[in-house]
Amino acid sequence: MYINWGLAFESFPILLQGAVVTLELTAGAVAMGLVIGLIMSLAKLSSFRLLRLVATVYIDFLRGTPLLVQLFIVYFAFPPLFGFSTPNKWEWIAAFLALGMNSGAYIAEIFRAGIQSIDRGQTEAARSLGMSHGQAMRYIILPQAVKRVIPPLGNEFIAMLKDSSLVSIITMEELLYRGKIIVGRTAQPVPIYIEVALMYLVMTLVISRILAVVERRLAKSDIR
Amino acid sequence: MIYVKNLHKYFGKLEVLKGIDCHIREKEVVVVIGPSGSGKSTFLRCLNKLEELTDGEIVIDGIPLNSETNVNAIRREVGMVFQRFNLFPHMTALENVTLAPQIVRGVSKGEAEQIGLELLRKVGLSDKAHEYPERLSGGQQQRVAIARALAMKPKVMLFDEPTSALDPEMVGEVLAVMKDLAREGMTMVVVTHEMGFAREVGDRVIFMDEGIIMEEGVPEDVFANPRNPRTQSFLSKILSVGVPSE
Repeated sequence: MYINWGLAFESFPILLQGAVVTLELTAGAVAMGLVIGLIMSLAKLSSFRLLRLVATVYIDFLRGTPLLVQLFIVYFAFPPLFGFSTPNKWEWIAAFLALGMNSGAYIAEIFRAGIQSIDRGQTEAARSLGMSHGQAMRYIILPQAVKRVIPPLGNEFIAMLKDSSLVSIITMEELLYRGKIIVGRTAQPVPIYIEVALMYLVMTLVISRILAVVERRLAKSDIR
Repeated sequence: MIYVKNLHKYFGKLEVLKGIDCHIREKEVVVVIGPSGSGKSTFLRCLNKLEELTDGEIVIDGIPLNSETNVNAIRREVGMVFQRFNLFPHMTALENVTLAPQIVRGVSKGEAEQIGLELLRKVGLSDKAHEYPERLSGGQQQRVAIARALAMKPKVMLFDEPTSALDPEMVGEVLAVMKDLAREGMTMVVVTHEMGFAREVGDRVIFMDEGIIMEEGVPEDVFANPRNPRTQSFLSKILSVGVPSE
């Protein structure tokens, strides 16, 4: 079989656009995940049993089922389940929702671990000064926890970047989907899929290098 | 000022406090001594509800410390100093001192800083106001912690082994600050192994062991003529190993 390596160069601009979509999708999903994750981690650490239950069910379900299944549930099952007809660009919305909700469950656990890693004495000191639970969280615990969760959040970003390739199945035009289309037209899987893989690799390597720098900076200014 | 009646505390099945009765008067300095595991820290932590009481009654400044009470309201009036300082590491010394008055008492930033600087001066740390805790020695950190508690203008100060985590050469500077406080008439409950401090500053010494108050009285009596054999054996041990005292 003839392998047309030159196709990799011709396809590069199209795939690059796909990589941009992949980055947008990942950033959007992790942003949504940060909001959901903060709420769910606080709920899980709450003294109200009902809130803890809601958070536990949410986190267990989204971490305990495959992301691909979750994607199908959002994309195919949400419209009939909640009785709406699929809007324009539904694949975009469904992709963001599924990735963001999934990311939220993992980030909730990252935040929970970060909050619990802060010495109990910090809470006791804050409470002994008359601060409420919320004030102690906001002024004392969360500012210290933020630093500790940055490295695991970076890893979550990289994991999400790779997992976002799953949304190619619901015709979301990100990097892998564009590769698939080109392969369909040219019957050249070898150069295209290798190129797609290398583009993911470049993105994850660049991000992990940036993270390493950030971590080193944090370590330097670590006030503990 | 503080009334404690029949205080019991369990950790799971372990009974740590087995019925404590005591009354601490205004401006009194009460020193609690006893072997480790005797329940003295737990007793202190019950006084501002860092530990839940299993049974019994505590009344502070006329307010009963029960589940319906606004615990935050009591904690505002009761300052606490911890063995391990527990300064907030992401804030400067001054910020440590000024945060709670602002967000709990609603004091303006300017006023809080004025009070904060005054308190830091009082504990001898004017020049360290803008340092972070990691840049301070243990003794300096503990003095900031005392200033932080005082900034809330508490009616009572609780000290939970405030010098136990310090290098020996730093114990004196912290005790000096505490002596000043006592002299100014602050009501204080101090859990400590510093017998010199107990003798010099304490109005009353409470000896605790196995979760009960074994003996109490004015320091001269307790130290010179301990009546309870437990107290005798504890004092002979702790005094013979040469615990620093002035």
